Amino acid sequence: MIPVTWYMMLSAAIFCIGIFGFIARRNVIIMFISIELMLNAVNINLVAMSHYLQDMRGQILVFFIIAVAAAEAAIGLAIIISLFRNRATVHVDEIKEMEG
Amino acid sequence: MTMEITNMHMLIPGLPLLAFLINGLFGARWIKQEAHWIAALAVAVSWVLSVMTLLKVMQGHTYYGDIYTWISSGGLRVSVGFSIDELTAVMLIVVTTVSTLVHLYSVGYMHGEEGYSRFYAYLSLFTFSMLMLIMSNNFLQLYFGWEAVGLCSYLLIGFYHQKESAARAGMKAFIVNRFGDFGFALGLFLIYLTFGSLDYQTVFSAIDGWQSPAISLLGLETDLATVIALLLFCGAVGKSAQVPLHVWLPDAMEGPTPVSALIHAATMVTAGVFLLARCNAIFNLSPAAMAVVAVTGALTSLFAATIALVQNDIKRVIAYSTISQLGYMVLACGVGAYSAGVFHLYTHAFFKALLFLGAGSVIHAVHDQDIRNMGGLFKHMKITAITFWIASLSISGLPPLAGFFSKDEILWLAYSSGGSFGKMLWATGTLVAFLTAFYSFRVIFRTFHGEFRGEVEKKDHLHESPASMTIPLMLLCAGAVGAGWIGLPALWGFENHFAEFLKPVVGHVAAEHGNYSHSEEWMIMAISVAAGLLGLGLAWAMYARKTDLPERAAGAMSGVPYRLFFNKYYVDEIYDYLIIRPTVWVAKNILVTVTDGLIIEGIVNGIPRSIGRISQWIRKAQSGVLHHYAAVIVFGFFIMIAASLIWAGGN
Amino acid sequence: MLPKLFFFYFAAMITGLSVLVVTRKNPVHSVLWMLLLFFNIAGLYLFLNAEMIAIIQVIVYAGAILVLFLFVVLLLDLKKEIAGEQYTDIWSIAVSLVAGLFLLVIITFQAFEIADSEPVMLSDLGQPDAIGRMLYTEYLFPFEITSVILLVAIIGAIVLAKRKLKE
Repeated sequence: MIPVTWYMMLSAAIFCIGIFGFIARRNVIIMFISIELMLNAVNINLVAMSHYLQDMRGQILVFFIIAVAAAEAAIGLAIIISLFRNRATVHVDEIKEMEG
Repeated sequence: MTMEITNMHMLIPGLPLLAFLINGLFGARWIKQEAHWIAALAVAVSWVLSVMTLLKVMQGHTYYGDIYTWISSGGLRVSVGFSIDELTAVMLIVVTTVSTLVHLYSVGYMHGEEGYSRFYAYLSLFTFSMLMLIMSNNFLQLYFGWEAVGLCSYLLIGFYHQKESAARAGMKAFIVNRFGDFGFALGLFLIYLTFGSLDYQTVFSAIDGWQSPAISLLGLETDLATVIALLLFCGAVGKSAQVPLHVWLPDAMEGPTPVSALIHAATMVTAGVFLLARCNAIFNLSPAAMAVVAVTGALTSLFAATIALVQNDIKRVIAYSTISQLGYMVLACGVGAYSAGVFHLYTHAFFKALLFLGAGSVIHAVHDQDIRNMGGLFKHMKITAITFWIASLSISGLPPLAGFFSKDEILWLAYSSGGSFGKMLWATGTLVAFLTAFYSFRVIFRTFHGEFRGEVEKKDHLHESPASMTIPLMLLCAGAVGAGWIGLPALWGFENHFAEFLKPVVGHVAAEHGNYSHSEEWMIMAISVAAGLLGLGLAWAMYARKTDLPERAAGAMSGVPYRLFFNKYYVDEIYDYLIIRPTVWVAKNILVTVTDGLIIEGIVNGIPRSIGRISQWIRKAQSGVLHHYAAVIVFGFFIMIAASLIWAGGN
Repeated sequence: MLPKLFFFYFAAMITGLSVLVVTRKNPVHSVLWMLLLFFNIAGLYLFLNAEMIAIIQVIVYAGAILVLFLFVVLLLDLKKEIAGEQYTDIWSIAVSLVAGLFLLVIITFQAFEIADSEPVMLSDLGQPDAIGRMLYTEYLFPFEITSVILLVAIIGAIVLAKRKLKE
């Protein structure tokens, strides 16, 4: 039997890789993929917990997360398109109008 | 019954307030030259309601009650309420009558002026404040009205605010009044401390039979009633322009003439007299305070009358005349003849407003205020001239005009108030009556008779004022003639209705009056008429018959008294040296440089400057780059987990 | 032994593919590696008796979301963008932050005490009918809300991505 902490560690590893992708990459599409990666890390954790606690609510939550992720992907990609159209770049660090 | 009375009472000040709100909010943009409709209509309805109130009061339906709780804090409970008694009814008639006529007059006088709607908004606000002042049933509401009329006075004196002298005159009026109002406020505090309430009924019924405790103030042995009375009198001195706080009233003539007529002759400046009459219970407790009041009144009337003799600005002469007449009223209150004071207030409102409005009509025609540049206007503006004549006869105290009855009553009651003190007051009053007649007719002969001395091209444009100005003149003229007939003296076999009417509020004059015979009273009356006629005759001799006499007279007085009068006893200059210059010096050298420059500006500028410096440093964190923010979020996340781990490990 | 073998296979694949996803220079490659990654995650879900979620993972994530990504990536002309610098100026900070965070989480897991004993298995855990029953009873309201969120997302995406109409 596999201990649940293993799953949690796997989940944490994926999550950390996602954070790294978000912070370290300039390309907004990769950053966006990193967010999806982080969501998947959370999903793994939830499903593992659901299995170990024999509670289906974890899977329900994953279901909702996937639904919201789909919505978020649609919006995010629309933003990327309009960004690219207006600024002709996908490099986020070039966009800093909010600089203080 | 009470309910409908209350509604009516609320409407009397309520309508002018409504007119003020409408003109004040919408006047500048939408109403503009139509502003007089709203304002005049409101105050006219108030007048009708005031007359109805007077009739009700004459039937004995007085009213005293609260409308609304204004302040409720600890032991202090102040309401907005009305006290409608005989005194209030008389004042209501005076205020609303003059106010209505002035509103009407201003339609012609102010026609086409810039800020026409603003002018009417202020007039309405003034009327509201004045009505609140006289209808109040407690001291705080009285004080509210007192300050509000002061504010309106300031606004209206400075109505031509582009003119620097007008703006300065407004400030002067406001600041000089502060001195008086400071004492008035202290008086109110003392009343509250002593009686635990500011309601008229509570205070005045507590005073009945109250033994005023002796106190020591600044090393002087006195009693509490004297202190309270004198503090209240301070307010009256400021508002009613008594010596030594009279300096603001002549300068107040910078305002439009209808304002001078309404505020600075007929209504607001008489608020001090109203206060004395209203608080007669307090003043009656203190003979010392009464003596101060009487002497102040007598001094003021003499002082102002002598200055008025030599002034050349038509409005200033009338302004000093107003101060002088106010002195009369205060003198009457000082000898306990409150009803005579209020009677004179009532008649004075008519003939003095008439004089001012007549002067306004003259100024309207000549576009000048200097009587040296006038003359011979009689044939050009007959209505103005005749009404002015009647007003001057009235103020000179010639029977059977209104001024005669009230002035004679004051003089008689002063004479009979006892001892040489009373006789001195009477002698001063009679001298003032002579001077009053003299300077009033000096103005008349210089303005309406003789040859026109102004610029030649002006002469062809002399014309009578429009009907909206002459009709109020004629109506006021009727008042100046007949207003006195409701108080015909008992000596002539009449009941003095006016005094009898006010008796429930201000009581009867002291008992010594019985010791004097009728022949003495006849004599006093004859002397006062003779003084008036003498003044008239002298003015005629000097200014109408032989025109080089004034210069010779001025020369004969060897210049010194003349210069003293002409420069108003140098009071303004004395104040300038004693008060204004040291104040300005302190303000410039201590307040501006040290307090304001170093301390306040140091704090005020230092805090933003240091905030700015810190912000310059902190804003670098706002790089605008998304990655940096994300990294900071993750770092915060890291810190939180670490902290919870350490905290959990610690347990 | 066999479950552990399976787990290690999936764990290694998922971790390795994740690293590939975030490090590829070309977004198209990233998305394609992501596709493979999602299949592996779906396998892991099956391993955890979550059949329904595994199916959704494949259909929705791999089938819909990733295709959408691929669409956008191919829609944008990225040649010039790919030529530039791949990482931000703070990538080293990112590495150390992530490493620190991971270590911290590992330490935190030591505090967890979860019984490793095999629990009583629900026979229908993760079965589509069981999940459906729950969604339509206990979670009906959030379920309906989800539909509203998706509707808003559709409208929002159209509004954001459409070209400005000529006035």
